[in-house]
Amino acid sequence: MPDQLLYAMEVTLNGLMAGVLYALVALGFVLIFKASGIFNYAQGVMALFAALTLVGIMEGQVPFANLINAIFGTEIHTFGWQVPAVLAIVLTLLVMILLAWCVQKFVMRHLVNQEPIILFMATIGLAYFLEGLGDLMWGSDIKKLDVGLPQGLNATIDDLTYGWFGYGFFIDNLDIIATVVAAVLVIGLTVFSQYSKQGRALRAVADDHQAALSVGISLNYIWVLVWSIAGFVALVAGIMWGTKSGVQFSLSLIALKALPVLMLGGFTSIPGAIVGGLIIGVGEKLFEFLIGPMVGGATENWFAYVLALLFLVFRPQGLFGEKIIERV
Amino acid sequence: MKRLAALTVAAVMAAAPAMAELVFPSLSYRTGPYAANGIPFADGYADYFTLVNERDGGIGGIKTRIVECETGYNTEKGVECYESTKGEGALIYQPLSTGITYQLIPKVTADGIPLHSMGYGRTSASNGKVFKWVFNYPTNYWNGASIMIKYILGQEGGDIKGKKIALVYHNSAYGKEPIRTLQELSKKHGFELSLLPVDHPGQEQKSQWLQIRREKPDYVLMWGWGVMNQVAIQEAANIRFPMDKFIGIWWSGSENDVLPVGAKADGYKALNMNLPGSDFPIYADLKKYVFDKGMAAGAGDQAGTVLYNRGLYAAMLAVEAAKKAQEIHGVAQITPAMMRDGMEALDITAAKMDALGVPNFGPEFSVSCADHGGGGQAVVQQWDAKAGKWNVISDFITPDKSVIDPLIEEDSMAYAKENNIQLRCN
Repeated sequence: MPDQLLYAMEVTLNGLMAGVLYALVALGFVLIFKASGIFNYAQGVMALFAALTLVGIMEGQVPFANLINAIFGTEIHTFGWQVPAVLAIVLTLLVMILLAWCVQKFVMRHLVNQEPIILFMATIGLAYFLEGLGDLMWGSDIKKLDVGLPQGLNATIDDLTYGWFGYGFFIDNLDIIATVVAAVLVIGLTVFSQYSKQGRALRAVADDHQAALSVGISLNYIWVLVWSIAGFVALVAGIMWGTKSGVQFSLSLIALKALPVLMLGGFTSIPGAIVGGLIIGVGEKLFEFLIGPMVGGATENWFAYVLALLFLVFRPQGLFGEKIIERV
Repeated sequence: MKRLAALTVAAVMAAAPAMAELVFPSLSYRTGPYAANGIPFADGYADYFTLVNERDGGIGGIKTRIVECETGYNTEKGVECYESTKGEGALIYQPLSTGITYQLIPKVTADGIPLHSMGYGRTSASNGKVFKWVFNYPTNYWNGASIMIKYILGQEGGDIKGKKIALVYHNSAYGKEPIRTLQELSKKHGFELSLLPVDHPGQEQKSQWLQIRREKPDYVLMWGWGVMNQVAIQEAANIRFPMDKFIGIWWSGSENDVLPVGAKADGYKALNMNLPGSDFPIYADLKKYVFDKGMAAGAGDQAGTVLYNRGLYAAMLAVEAAKKAQEIHGVAQITPAMMRDGMEALDITAAKMDALGVPNFGPEFSVSCADHGGGGQAVVQQWDAKAGKWNVISDFITPDKSVIDPLIEEDSMAYAKENNIQLRCN
C-alpha cells in the first residue's frame, strides 16, 4: 500500500479520535440549549472549573488558601492528605451540582421568559465569574491531572497495523478512552432523555416553558437538573483535556473547538454533537495533511469553521438540528 | 477653620504624587490563560525592587515604586496600561509580550521613554542606530535560533549536513521570528529545515506530531508559549521522540512547561538567558529583607523558578541602568531620557554580578549606542524530572554573529527607511 495512503488512514483515525474530544465539549452546550434555549457561553469555563476542583480535591488543597493567608497571615496550603481519584470525582460532581443550584437560584430563575440574548449575556457574566472564582479557590498555577488514565502510543494497534501494512499507526490511549467514555455518555444521555420521567419533563420544558409549568413540571428542578448534567459532562471533558495538557486557565478555550461542531451537528441533538465532532475532527486533520503543506500549515482552526459554514449553507439547523417551522 | 485648612493641606499632600521616587511600571499578567507564566515573572520583578528599597534604601537614596498594571497578555490592554501609567513618571517599560512591544515601539519613541524587551519583541531593535528608545539585551530570538544550531553542531561533532531539523512554532509574529535565521543557517550548514506551525492556543497538535513521527527529524526546536508548550512536550513523549533532541526557546523552558507532563518530560532541553534555582547569595538577602518581612509579591511561592529568576534579572538590569544613569548625569532623580542613557552605557561584568549576589546568573555583556542587543548569549538547560529541577548543561553560548548581524542590519534599515528615521551613532 502506498505510504501516503497509509498516512492518510492514520490521520483519519486520529481525526476521529480528536473529533470525539471536541464532541465531549459540544455535548454540554447541547444539553443546556436543548433544555432551556440558552447558548451557555460558560461551558468551557465549567470544564476548567470542574478540572481545577478535581485536582484541588485530589491533592488536598485548601480552597481559597491564598485569600485566607492574605487575610489572616497564615501559611496554609494543603490539608496534608490525598484523595483517591474516584472519590475526588464524586466530590467534584457534588460541587458541580451545587454550582448548578447556585446558577439556578441566583441567576436563571430571575431571567425566566427573558429574551435569549439576555440569557446568553448572563452566561458570559457567569463565565468570567467562574474563571475568577476558580483562580481564587485553587490558584492559577498549572496542575498535573492524573486520574490513572493511560496516555501515549497504543502498542497493540501499533503492532497490529505494522503486521498488516509494514507501518505502525499511532493512536493515543487517552483518545481511545475518550471514545469509549463519549459513547457511554451519548447512550446514557439519549436513554435518559427519551425514556426517563425527568428526561421527558426536560424535553417538555425545552418545547415550551409556560406549557410545561401548566402541567406541573417544576422549572427550577429541571434547570438544576440540566445544569448538573452539563456540569457532569464538563467534568468529563475537563478530565480528558486536563490529562492531555495539564489543568490550566487556557482549558476554557476548548469551547472554541466545540463551536464548529455545534454549527454542524445542530444545537439540539446529542448524536449530532458526536457526528459533528467526528466530521470536524476528520475534516480538519485530513485537510491539514493533504492541503496544509501547500499553504504553510496551521489550517485546522479556520478550516473547522469553513467546513461548518459549508454545511450550514445546505442545512441551517445543522445536520441533526430540529427544523424551525414558523406558522402564521 | 484652622482644622479645615490643616485637613485640606493633608489631603493635598496625600493626593499629590511623591516627588522623590523612581517609578518602574510592571505590565504584568496575573489573570487569563497565561497567568501561570506571568505571575512568577511579575513576582520576581516586584521582589527585586522591594529588596532594593528595604536593603539599600532605594537607588541612589531614592525609593523605587512599582506601578503594576494587568494586561492579561492582551495587546490592547497592554497599550491601555502604557497610556495610563506613563504620566506617573515611568522610567522604563518591560511589557513581557511581543505583541505589546510592537505596539509600543512607535509610542515610546514619540514619548521619549525607554522600552526593554528582554529576549522577546522586535529582534532588529538591537540596532541602536535605528531604535534609539528600544533595547533587547541580553539576547533575542535570532540569537536563540543560532545558539540552538550551534549547540546541535556541538552535539553532532560539528557536522549537521543532511540532518533533519523541525521547528514547531506558535503561528504568530512571535513564533515566526526564528524562521528567517534558521533558513539562513540551513543554507550555511546544509541541514534540512521543516516548519510546523501550531495555531493558537495550541491545545490540539496531533497533526504536527504525526508529521514528526513520519518524517523522523533528528532534532525538534520549539517556539511555544503557554499551553502549547505542555501539549507539545506531552505529544513528543507520546510518539516517543527522544527528549534530549527536543529543544525549546527560553519561553518554552519553565517548570510550568514540564511538570504537567511528569516523568515523561525527563531530558527535555531549553535555552535560558538566566540561571534557574535559588542557589545564589541574593536569595539570602531576599529572605531577610523581603520574604521574612512578609513583603513578597503575590503568594510568595515562586522563588527560584525559571520565570521568577527572569523577573529578578529584568529588574536587576533596570536598577543597574538607573544607577548608571545617576552616575552619568550626577543626579539621583533621573528622567526617562537619562534612564535611556544609562541603559545605553550598561556594562554587566562577572565582577558586577558577583557584587550583586548573582554570580554567573546571566551572560556578561555591554550595551552601546549602536548595539542595544548585548552579546546575545544563552545557556542550554535540561529537565531532570526525578529531581524536579532544571540542570544547566552548557556554558553561555555565543550566537553566530556572521549570520545574525546582516539580518539585523537588513531588517532595521528597512524599518528606518519606512519610518524616515535618521541614523544615529555616527
